[in-house]
Amino acid sequence: MSSESIALSSAGHGALSVGERLHGWITTVDHKRLGILYIVYSLIFLVIGGVEATIMRIQLIVPHNHFVSPEVFNRMFTMHGTTMIFFVAMPILFGFGTYLIPLMIGARDMAFPRLNALSFWLTAFGGLLLYFSFIGGNGLYGAGNAPDVGWFAYAPLTSRAFSVGHSTDFWSLALLVSGIGSIGTAVNFIATIISMRCPGMTLGKMPLLAWLNLVMAGMVILAVSPLTAAQIMLSIDRYLGGHFFDTQAGGSAVLWMHFFWIFGHPEVYILVIPCFAFASEIIPVFSRKPIFGYPVMVAATIAIAFISMSVWAHHMFTVGMSSYGNTFFTVTTMIIAIPTGIKIFNWIGTMWGGKIQFKAPMLFCVAFLFQFLIAGLTGIMLSASPFNWQLSGSYFVVAHFHYVIVGAILFTIFGAFYYWFPKMSGRMYHETLAQWHFWLFVLGFHLTFDFMHIPGLLGMPRRIYTYEPGRGWEIWNLLVTIGVFFQAAAILLFVGNLLWSMYRGAPAGNDPWDAWTLEWSTTSPPPDYDFATIPVIESRRPLWDLKHPEDPDWKYE
Amino acid sequence: MLEKRTKRSGRTRQPFRKLASIAVVLAISLSAAALCFAAPAAPSQIPSIFRPDSTPADSIFRLSRLVLIITGLIFLAVFSLLTYTVLKFRSRADDNDREPPQVYGSNQVELAWTVIPGLIVLVLFLATARVIRSVEDAPQPPAAIAVTVIGHQYWWEFRYPALGIVTANELHVPVSDPSHPTPTFLTLLSADTDHSFWVPRLAGKTDLIPNRTNHTWIEPHNTGIFLGQCSQYCGVQHAKMLLRVYVDSPQQFNAWVQQEKMPPVTDAAVESGRRIFQSTACMNCHAVSGTNADGHFGPDLTHLMSRDTLAAGAVTNTPENLRAWIQNPDSIKPGSLMPAMKLSPQDLDALTAYLETLR
Repeated sequence: MSSESIALSSAGHGALSVGERLHGWITTVDHKRLGILYIVYSLIFLVIGGVEATIMRIQLIVPHNHFVSPEVFNRMFTMHGTTMIFFVAMPILFGFGTYLIPLMIGARDMAFPRLNALSFWLTAFGGLLLYFSFIGGNGLYGAGNAPDVGWFAYAPLTSRAFSVGHSTDFWSLALLVSGIGSIGTAVNFIATIISMRCPGMTLGKMPLLAWLNLVMAGMVILAVSPLTAAQIMLSIDRYLGGHFFDTQAGGSAVLWMHFFWIFGHPEVYILVIPCFAFASEIIPVFSRKPIFGYPVMVAATIAIAFISMSVWAHHMFTVGMSSYGNTFFTVTTMIIAIPTGIKIFNWIGTMWGGKIQFKAPMLFCVAFLFQFLIAGLTGIMLSASPFNWQLSGSYFVVAHFHYVIVGAILFTIFGAFYYWFPKMSGRMYHETLAQWHFWLFVLGFHLTFDFMHIPGLLGMPRRIYTYEPGRGWEIWNLLVTIGVFFQAAAILLFVGNLLWSMYRGAPAGNDPWDAWTLEWSTTSPPPDYDFATIPVIESRRPLWDLKHPEDPDWKYE
Repeated sequence: MLEKRTKRSGRTRQPFRKLASIAVVLAISLSAAALCFAAPAAPSQIPSIFRPDSTPADSIFRLSRLVLIITGLIFLAVFSLLTYTVLKFRSRADDNDREPPQVYGSNQVELAWTVIPGLIVLVLFLATARVIRSVEDAPQPPAAIAVTVIGHQYWWEFRYPALGIVTANELHVPVSDPSHPTPTFLTLLSADTDHSFWVPRLAGKTDLIPNRTNHTWIEPHNTGIFLGQCSQYCGVQHAKMLLRVYVDSPQQFNAWVQQEKMPPVTDAAVESGRRIFQSTACMNCHAVSGTNADGHFGPDLTHLMSRDTLAAGAVTNTPENLRAWIQNPDSIKPGSLMPAMKLSPQDLDALTAYLETLR
């Protein structure tokens, strides 16, 4: 009965007109469609943010360059940071979560489908609001403008004395609106994972992806709320005569820093934990072994979440905290390296003794392991607060966090794309093109971000639109900029591959990777409401049990 | 259902390609690091944090060396383990189709890789805590020079309260002799937005934050010019808020102090230039001691000609640059807060000639 109705509904889609299909996408409350909307929206912003980065790198290719004015450069780094964090990384991870969580826990949709749609459209509206500042940032009396206060928008640069016009308001409102959307998504994730799991799926039998997204959603509620509150306080300062951050009237610039980083540091883990989740799904399947130390992986994630709430002021080692303050935040920051290290070792343990298949998703995850190792070690350097007094605010920090955000987060996101693309589209991607994408991106990434550490060690601060010759910075900036073009070429291959494969790729079948979690038990793409009959599971790898009835997992767990 | 998995060809070579590319990247990085330490021409102009020349920068350097050694060893160990795992356990063309043994975990191994990193963290933390205290809680000796640093949008104001000197952008301090230490203790304030005082070879950075008083100190061991710049984004011209520290011998420093304490020269030959200075907007923002020009938005010009650079280090202090700067500051530092004075060529020449006498 169910399979018939599925066939009917999918046949019905083909007959719709373009207008009706568009209407269907806009009014949808289906988690799969909303997930894809999130992902496509983020990809568009990824390209925009990438163009902004390229403009900055062209400006810095030689000292005293005149490619763009200082005003434009300052807008570019503000928009690049804001875009990449709030309108690329977060929504793309929410998109994968929205798409995958119900499928992986054997549910037919999210707990609150309408809230799901509202959250997406709020986030989308936030992005449009931010970019509208290019047109409306100076109100009626001028050409376009854009926020130029940096992505963490330190007070009092955001006060009306230093930021005239409305560009800062667009920045603030965009983050306020999308922050409310993020909190909605987080509530939805938690409700779905807690209450919609299929029969047999106890918390201890959930796929790690669901566990890690549950932890991430909890962190979103704790971390995004202070940021959202701070945006309201900033607006009160700017329009209602408040003095929270207005130093000219006795407000505190340091207060804003606390508000921002109590969001900003957990945010790094909000972004990286879903990526740990991707790696924890992909590495086992391509090593042909279950994840090593499942309970330890869950415990390490929860430990990271807790500790990450107490490390925020390591972004503020240079603001003149007392030696006790600096010591406290040094030790908390160093401790977080322990659960993070445990995770890396468990992934190695998963590969150990396996039969590793180097398909594109796995290649990206292996590169992630190498790069995340380096990012973690530079993180330890930054945690030693005296060393941080030298490195903070320099290009070393810029290189470090791009190692995390590109080298770890973006790499696993690419891995996730190739891994779940067959499920989402029903077609395989082009493996050779994907491998080209991988190697070009590895080359570009290392050219850009390995060499970016060095000018920081040689005293080059971040956020400068030009620099003096003769300080030993020229050659490194040249190499860094050259790497950008390899990365751009790789991204073009990636987008081309997705578009080509969507129409021309070989049919994927239900389970192209011989994988073990529930999303691979349904058709590709999954039918409306995902499962004709709700599955019942007995172990963490229900499809393994199905494929190996003689040696099922539930005997050992 | 899926007992027989089809083997796909051509995957055995990929790990070698990966290894090769990793080796290339590593080789490039190492040679880059080597170049970084053995830097080319004019090494004194490279503000490297690894060439400290002052007590706090030196303490940080020694700590950073320890941190680099420990993280380097961790890197080598985990990198080798990861590379070995990836190469050793790749699937091969001649494999049978059986799945590998399914291993779920091991408590002993988990314990080992929790405890060992824990011990490493403990060592790192103790070493770091020592340096935090030695730098941050250092007592101020009586012979220390006290300077108040005030950050302004795109320039630095230096005040020596005990000596009665006010200057800008170029900080003069005496070299400190270990037997008779004369460190310089800096009080950091801001007139507008956040800034950060960073001269990598002398000390780590400390922010200048409005409504807040911060402190830092330097104790240079050798004479010379040390370069730095603002390292907290402070607005349009953050990039050209450059900073120079002149570490003088005690004799040079005393001579500089005597010269800065002198009243400005009154030269009748440049009377017309002085009149322009005192009758236009110049004096709203700039001070020349002994005259009725006492503005505080811009740098004190009493001894302008004693400085090597103009516009917070953006250009060298030559008559041509000075003239161009007064005529149109945006041509040197677009977005600078100094307005274009729109003077006639004759007035501009007279004004430049006057400023040239402020030695």
